[in-house]
Amino acid sequence: MYVAVKGGEHAIDAAHDWLARARRGDRGVTELSVAQIREQMALAVGRVMAEGSLHDPDLAALAIKQARGDLIEAIFLIRAYRTTLPRLGHTRPLDTGAMDCIRRVSATFKDVPGGQVLGPTFDYTHRLLDFKLAAEGGADGDDAADDDTAADARPDAAPGPVPHVTGFLGRDGLIEPATPDDAPPPDLTRAPLELPATRALRLQALARGDEGFLLGMAYSTQRGYARNHAFVGELRIGAVAVEMEIPELGFAVEVGEITVTECETVNQFTGSKSEPAQFTRGYGLSFGQTERKAIAVALVDRALRWRELGEENEGAPAQDEEFVLSHADNIQATGFLEHIKLPHYVDFQSELELVRKLRRQAAQAPKTEAAQ
Amino acid sequence: MTDYNFAYLDEQTKRMIRRAILKALAIPGYQVPFASREMPMPYGWGTGGVQVTAATLTPGDRLKVIDQGADDTTNAVSIRKFFERTAQVATTTRTAEASVIQTRHRIPETPLTAEQVLVYQVPIPEPLRFLEPSEVETRKMHELSDYGLMHVKLYEDIARHGHIATAYAYPVLVADRYVMDPSPIPKFDNPKLSNCPAIQLFGAGREQRIYALPPHTKVVSLDFEDHPFEPSKADAACALCGDDASYLDEVITDDAGTRMFVCSDTDHCSARRDAGHCGEDAA
Amino acid sequence: MSQPTLEGGFVDAPRDAAQAFRACMSAMARPGRVETLYGAAPPAPLSPAAGALFLTLCDADTPVHLAGAHDCDAVRSWLAFHTGAPLTDDRAEAAFAVGTWAALLPLADYPVGSARYPDRSATLVVEAGTLDTATGARLTGPGIDGHARLALPDAGALSANHALYPRGLDFFFAAGDRVTAVPRATNVEDT
Repeated sequence: MYVAVKGGEHAIDAAHDWLARARRGDRGVTELSVAQIREQMALAVGRVMAEGSLHDPDLAALAIKQARGDLIEAIFLIRAYRTTLPRLGHTRPLDTGAMDCIRRVSATFKDVPGGQVLGPTFDYTHRLLDFKLAAEGGADGDDAADDDTAADARPDAAPGPVPHVTGFLGRDGLIEPATPDDAPPPDLTRAPLELPATRALRLQALARGDEGFLLGMAYSTQRGYARNHAFVGELRIGAVAVEMEIPELGFAVEVGEITVTECETVNQFTGSKSEPAQFTRGYGLSFGQTERKAIAVALVDRALRWRELGEENEGAPAQDEEFVLSHADNIQATGFLEHIKLPHYVDFQSELELVRKLRRQAAQAPKTEAAQ
Repeated sequence: MTDYNFAYLDEQTKRMIRRAILKALAIPGYQVPFASREMPMPYGWGTGGVQVTAATLTPGDRLKVIDQGADDTTNAVSIRKFFERTAQVATTTRTAEASVIQTRHRIPETPLTAEQVLVYQVPIPEPLRFLEPSEVETRKMHELSDYGLMHVKLYEDIARHGHIATAYAYPVLVADRYVMDPSPIPKFDNPKLSNCPAIQLFGAGREQRIYALPPHTKVVSLDFEDHPFEPSKADAACALCGDDASYLDEVITDDAGTRMFVCSDTDHCSARRDAGHCGEDAA
Repeated sequence: MSQPTLEGGFVDAPRDAAQAFRACMSAMARPGRVETLYGAAPPAPLSPAAGALFLTLCDADTPVHLAGAHDCDAVRSWLAFHTGAPLTDDRAEAAFAVGTWAALLPLADYPVGSARYPDRSATLVVEAGTLDTATGARLTGPGIDGHARLALPDAGALSANHALYPRGLDFFFAAGDRVTAVPRATNVEDT
């Protein structure tokens, strides 16, 4: 006799138990600490902070550990935690010009005030597996760690403020002005997305968007789907101060410091008979050392600005604001994608009935004709 | 979990959802945008329904959660546990004993009463979405009551298959004004939407929409005069309780493909068996 | 801050608000049906029912307009302390408004939403003094099994509001701790 499947509750408990053991893996191998992840998986931590929209390296590292290294799952953990946090106030806009840069490169000028600072980059590494790292107690980085000062570890780090490259172009009117806007930016996490969106809202959505999705979108613009030919005017990574106005005090105080990556692109120019040619801008900012993300955001931002800049809508995916903003969020996407694992047998049953009925009628139809 | 507020959500979020629910009841079938929160469960797994339930529950409620008509499906178990933990409400599997019922894909067989609230989990709230992917466009169509596209789609079905080829999430017209997606319930359940004494609330978390049917609202499944809407189910009786009028799940019982049919609504089925009804496979 | 300002809010906000919301929801879902709202003791002339409505639904995101005698220091400070809702004299930006029927007029001052977003409309809380559901206008439409009755200050005005559907205002009528609702979807006939 058939017995309906029971015991969903027991199955869930057992699955959670199994998950905990699988997370730990072979107990003969030392357990990872959150600090190890924070220090040695820093780029994963950066991505989780950026797409989780929460700058907290310790929590991001914890989430990565809990998620067994599944970064989208870690981002989900951070998002679900973030949404329970109280809103204490607004910060002043970040002054990225005052960033303490660990990396700063410009592709548009050979040299610029503040200098080109390669910083900790993979750019010119040869992608050859380094088997020294596999050796137990491997010595990679130990030389650097032995150095006395941070400055030695960052020999080309620039001291003092590093002016923005686009500022030099702006001074000569060569690039479109970026007019400061004092309107309070909308908050995507507190109000439903409404289209068309302002640029501030778009940038907010892109900043927490999936790196892979944005990479694909940005790449498509480079291959000709709404090509706008971007130069990296400047890419900078480093720590910036976060300041809040305290009404009781009447001035702003520094409440902390966060690491961000900022990319400003200089794009193909606009202009007409009546207006002289000018370069245009794309912009990307994200938490942590996340430069692939920041560059991709800048390219997609620029592609989405077609209307404002009087360009043609070529029908390219990266120009379609509704398409990009509706599909960039990996927590929404992964939830909906994976929900098709859930039981759907009621709906499937209704389609089974329908298909059977249609087939039955199709089988009968020729016979009826033959009989006539 | 003691650190979380009653029913998990903070009070400001609940107020925002409650305001949306009231507007949804004032404009039956219209999709009210709301600032859906990120919940500790994935989008697509009932976050909209969970938020609506959280904003609706009172300490005195008795909650029932079903998925595919059953109380013991894993996601129903998970959501019921969530509210047991965060709202300390009593729960039940008995439809008649529940004051709030959260559901995915079914309307219970037991007729609902005026004392009950039915909360639907909704994946895609926009009935026109698969005909027109742009929200900007579909919102315009609702504004103008321009539902021609939907009728064209249904008519094309008839031309191709001889029937309307929509078996679930079958679109309805609410109070002669808005075309609404009843969530992916089988069309068998559609007639229960209309003139229902209970309050029916629909929550779509990922898509950030809430909509509602007040009690006794006129809900009509779209059709054509020469192709009237007809609810359908498997032409069989439940193997366990013998009911030939309830919606049935098909179960494959051996490698040879032998089939049996059982009630999708597990409470309905067990209540009938308790009352002495017997299907042909009941031991 | 004076004692009356600090008092009269919900004792256990999450649970009291949950109970009050269910009553509000039931009222809005069943036009003409009377519900009781417990837990609020606001200063006069705000009724306990209207007070509970504001405690349940209003906060910094909902501009509230106080009409006529309701626009007094006692009500202002009580609402500010317990809800944090911004008070506005500009009726066109009000999410909620409260007062007697006469003080709330003209209805054309309040937002009725747009054809695309009809939900962006005001909810008016009318201090009615009494609620008579035995006689009065005939209500039909969603939420009503057959018809309901409610004595209304101006059935014609509510009928005109219904004619804007799906745009329109939604009304709560409050008296003491009791409340009933007439949303825009309700067809109102004077008899």
